[in-house]
Amino acid sequence: MARGLSGWLAARAVQAMATLAVVLILLFVLMRIAPGDPLGRLASDRPITPAETAALRARYGLDRPIAAQFASYVQGAVRGDFGTSIEYGRPVGALIAERLPATFLLGGVVLLVNFTVGIWLGALQATNRGTLLDRLLTAVSLAGHAVPSFWLGLVLAWLVGVRWRLLPAAGMQNPLLDPDAGLAARTADLLAHLALPALTLCVVSLAGTMRYQRRAMIEVLRFPYIATARAKGVPESQVLHRHAWRNALFPVLTLFGLWLPILVTGAVFVESVFAWPGLGLLAADAVGARDYPLLMGTAALAAGLVILGGIVTDLAYAMLDPRVRAAA
Amino acid sequence: MSRVLEVENLRVTFPGAAATRVSPVDGVAFTLDRGETLALVGESGCGKSLTSLSLLRLVPPPGRIEAGSTIRLGDTDVLALEGEALRRIRGRRIGMIFQDPMSSLNPVLRVGDQIAEGIRAHFDVSKREARERAVALLREVDIPDPVSRAEAYPHQLSGGMRQRVMIAIALAAEPEILIADEPTTALDVTVQAQILEVLDRLQAARGMAVLLITHDLGIVAGRADRVAVMYAGQIVEEAATGELFARPSHPYTQGLFGSIPRLSGPVGRLTPISGTVPAPHAWPDGCRFRPRCPIVHPRSQEMPPLLALGAGHRMRCWLANDSDERDKREETRDG
Amino acid sequence: MSWLAQLWAAVWRRRSGRFAAVALATIALAAIVLPPVLPDPAAQPDIVAGATPPASAHPFGTDQLSRDVLSRVVSGARVSLAVAALAVLVSMTIGAAVGLTAGYFGGSVDALLMRIVDAGLAIPRLFILLLLLAVWERIPLPALVLILGTTGWFGASRLVRGEVIRLRHEPFVSGAEALGAGRRRVMFRHLLPNTAGPLLVAATLGVSDVILLEAGLSFLGLGIQPPTPSWGAMILDAKPVLVVAPWTSLFPGLAIVVTVLAVNLLGDALSDVLDSSGA
Repeated sequence: MARGLSGWLAARAVQAMATLAVVLILLFVLMRIAPGDPLGRLASDRPITPAETAALRARYGLDRPIAAQFASYVQGAVRGDFGTSIEYGRPVGALIAERLPATFLLGGVVLLVNFTVGIWLGALQATNRGTLLDRLLTAVSLAGHAVPSFWLGLVLAWLVGVRWRLLPAAGMQNPLLDPDAGLAARTADLLAHLALPALTLCVVSLAGTMRYQRRAMIEVLRFPYIATARAKGVPESQVLHRHAWRNALFPVLTLFGLWLPILVTGAVFVESVFAWPGLGLLAADAVGARDYPLLMGTAALAAGLVILGGIVTDLAYAMLDPRVRAAA
Repeated sequence: MSRVLEVENLRVTFPGAAATRVSPVDGVAFTLDRGETLALVGESGCGKSLTSLSLLRLVPPPGRIEAGSTIRLGDTDVLALEGEALRRIRGRRIGMIFQDPMSSLNPVLRVGDQIAEGIRAHFDVSKREARERAVALLREVDIPDPVSRAEAYPHQLSGGMRQRVMIAIALAAEPEILIADEPTTALDVTVQAQILEVLDRLQAARGMAVLLITHDLGIVAGRADRVAVMYAGQIVEEAATGELFARPSHPYTQGLFGSIPRLSGPVGRLTPISGTVPAPHAWPDGCRFRPRCPIVHPRSQEMPPLLALGAGHRMRCWLANDSDERDKREETRDG
Repeated sequence: MSWLAQLWAAVWRRRSGRFAAVALATIALAAIVLPPVLPDPAAQPDIVAGATPPASAHPFGTDQLSRDVLSRVVSGARVSLAVAALAVLVSMTIGAAVGLTAGYFGGSVDALLMRIVDAGLAIPRLFILLLLLAVWERIPLPALVLILGTTGWFGASRLVRGEVIRLRHEPFVSGAEALGAGRRRVMFRHLLPNTAGPLLVAATLGVSDVILLEAGLSFLGLGIQPPTPSWGAMILDAKPVLVVAPWTSLFPGLAIVVTVLAVNLLGDALSDVLDSSGA
C-alpha cells in the first residue's frame, strides 16, 4: 500500500509541475500582451533621456528578443529568481520572503477559525435542519457572503479602531512600542493588530465554509448507512461522530484546497485597508507602481500555493478514504 | 404460540402539496409469532419499506407516524419509547437488513468494526471480545476466511458478501425479529439463492420471526408462512402462503400472479396489470385499485374493509361478499 | 411549458427565490428608471457645500463634493450590473465551449485543455486581473468586461466537462450517434442543453463574484474609471471622509451587499430546484 501511495504521489507531483509550467507561461504571456509600457511609469516621474531609457531597458532585459526574454524568465523562475523589483530595486524573491510571514499569520488564523468554528457551525446547521437556529445561521452566512471584504474592513476600522478606540486599525505592530518590551507585550501588541483584519476575513470566509459544510453534512446524513447505524442501536452521538462526521470530512478537505487562495487573495483587499504588511499589500502596491517583476513573482507564488494545497488535499483524501487508496 | 409483534392501524404521513399530508402507509395491520415468517409483498411505492422503517421508528423526517397507530413488541409499546429505551430495542429486539448493501455500509469503516459496533451497542463487552464475536458471525453467514475478511472495507467485497455482512450486522445483538427489506433485489440471481439459504438457516437456528419484504413472489413460496399483499399503502390481501398461491382472490394479487412467466403449464400471453401505481396524492376515493381493476365492483366507490374469505384468508375487496361472482371468475381463470 | 418557464415557476414557488427575484427586479428597475428623476451624479463638484447627512432633499446624503449619494448609487447599479452580466455571459460561453470540447473529444485534447484550466484556476483570479490591469491605465469599459469574462471561465469549463463526461456514455447519446448524428449535432443538440442547469447556477455565482471583484478593483483604483460611477470607487472616495461622513461609504457598501445577497439567493433557489428535480 505504501508503494502505491508514493507512486501516486509521484504522479501527482508531475502533474503539478506541468500545471506550474503552464502557469509560468500564462503569466509571461499576460505580461507581454497587456498594452502599455512597463517602464512608462518610471519615465513619467521625471524627464528621462533616451540613453537612460536604453540603459533601463537593458537592465530589465526588455531590449532582447521575446524568445530570449522568455528563456531567461523560465530559467530564473526555476531558481526562484523573478528578477528585480522596479519599485524597490531589490530582488523580488527577497521582497516576497519578507512579506510571507505576515500573510501566513493572518491567513493561518483565518483558516484555523474556518476549520473549527466554520465546520462546527455548518454541522450544527445540518443536524438541526429546518429549525430556527438553522434559518438564523443561514441568514447570517448569506449576509456574510455578500459583504465586500474591503468595505467591511473599512467599517470595522472606523467603528472599532477610530470611534471606539478598542483595537488598532493599521499595521502589524505599534511603532511606538518600546523596543525592549518583553515577548508577552510584543505578542499582545501583535494580536491586537491582527484582530481586526482577521475578523474581517473570517466574516467573509466563514459564510462560505458554513454553507458548504452544511450541505455536505446533509448529503451524508441522507445516506443509507446512517440508517443502518441507527437500526443497530448505535447511540445518536456516535452515529453523528463516527459515521456522519468522518464521511462529511471529505468535502471539507476539498474546501481546504479551495480556501488556500484566501491566504493570498482575500488578503489583498484586507491588507490594503489595514496596512497589514503581507503579500497582499505588496501586490496591491505593486499594481500602483506598475512593478511587473514583483507582480509576476507574487502571482507565481500564489499559484504555487494553490497547487500545493491541491496536492495536500488529495493526499489527505487518499489517507482517509480507503476507496481512494485502492484506486491509487 | 407467543406473539412477538403486533401492528394495528399503522399510519405514516408526509407533507403533501399546500399544507396537506399524504399517507403512504394507511392503516396497515399485521402480527408476527415467534419463529414465523411473514412476507410483505407489493410493487415499489406501495409503502412496504416505510412500514418496516416504522417498526424501528426510523421514518425519515418530515414523515411521521400518526397517533392512533399501534406497534407492540411483546409487552412493549414501541411508539411510547423515547431516547435510550428506543435505542435499546433497535438491533437488540428487532434487527434490520437493508436493500442495497453497498450504500448501507459505511465505506470508511472496516466491516468487522461495523459488526462489532452493533454488538457493543447492546452488550457490555470489550473491544476484543466484540471483535471475536464479529468474526464468529462472519463465519456463521458463510464468509470464507472470516478473520482476514473482517479487516476488509465494504468496497473490497462482492455484492453477495456485503449482504452477508449486513445479515451479520443485523444479527449481532441477537434480535427476536428480523426485518429483511428486499434482501436479494440488488444481487445476481445465483447469489440470491445463497443469501436466502443463509437467512433460512439462521432463522431456524435462532428461532427468529422474520418479516420478509419483497416484490418478488418467487422467493416467497416455500419460505414464508403467511403473505400480506400491499397496494397503495394498504394491505389488500392476506393468507397463508399455500392458500394465497392456490387461490389468489384480490384482482391485484391475481394480476401479480398473472404477470409471472411460468415454465410449466400451457403457454399463453402474460397479462400485465394495466396502468401504473398512482402516487399517494393521486389516490382515488374508495377502492384504490379501481382505476386498474378488470372487474370494478359496483360498490367500489366505497372503501372496502378487509373481508374474510375463509380460514385466515382476508381481502380488501367487495367481491368477498359475492361468492358466486368469485367462483365464476375462478373457473374462467383456471380454464 | 418550456424548460425555462418551468424552472422560473419552480424558483418563484420558493420564498428565497421570490425575494431574490423581487429584489433584483427592483434594483434593475431603479437603475433604469430612476436616473432621469434624480440629481445628476456627475454634477459640478462643490467643495464648499461639502458632505451633508441624509435629509429629505438627499435621502442618502451628499458626498464631500456635494454630489447626491443616492443618484450615484443608482448609476453605479447600472454599471455594476451591466458589467457583471456581460462578463458572466462571456465566461459561460467560453467555459461551455471548452468544457464541451474537452469532455467530448477526450484524450490529448482534454489533457491539454485541462492543464490550461488547472493553471487558470491555480492563479487566483484577482492576481490575473491585477497583472492585466496594472498595465492598462484608464481601461475602457468594454475591455474591462472582456478581461473579467476571460478570467472567469475556468470553473465553468470544468463543470461542463464533468457533465459531458457523465452523459456521453448514456444511451441517448449512443442512440443519436447510431442514427447518424454528426459530432456537432450531438454536442450542441444533445449534450449542451443538459448542462444548462448547472451552468445557470454557476452563472449566478459568477455574477456575484464579478460584482464583488469589480467593486474591489475599483476600490484599488483599477477597474471602472471615473467619471463612470461605480460602487467600489465611491467607497474609495469616501475613505478620507469616513469618520466625518460615514454615509458616503455606507450606502454604496449596502448596495453591494443587497445586490450580491439577492443574486446568491437566486442561485441558491435555482440549485435547490435543479437538485430536487434531478435535472
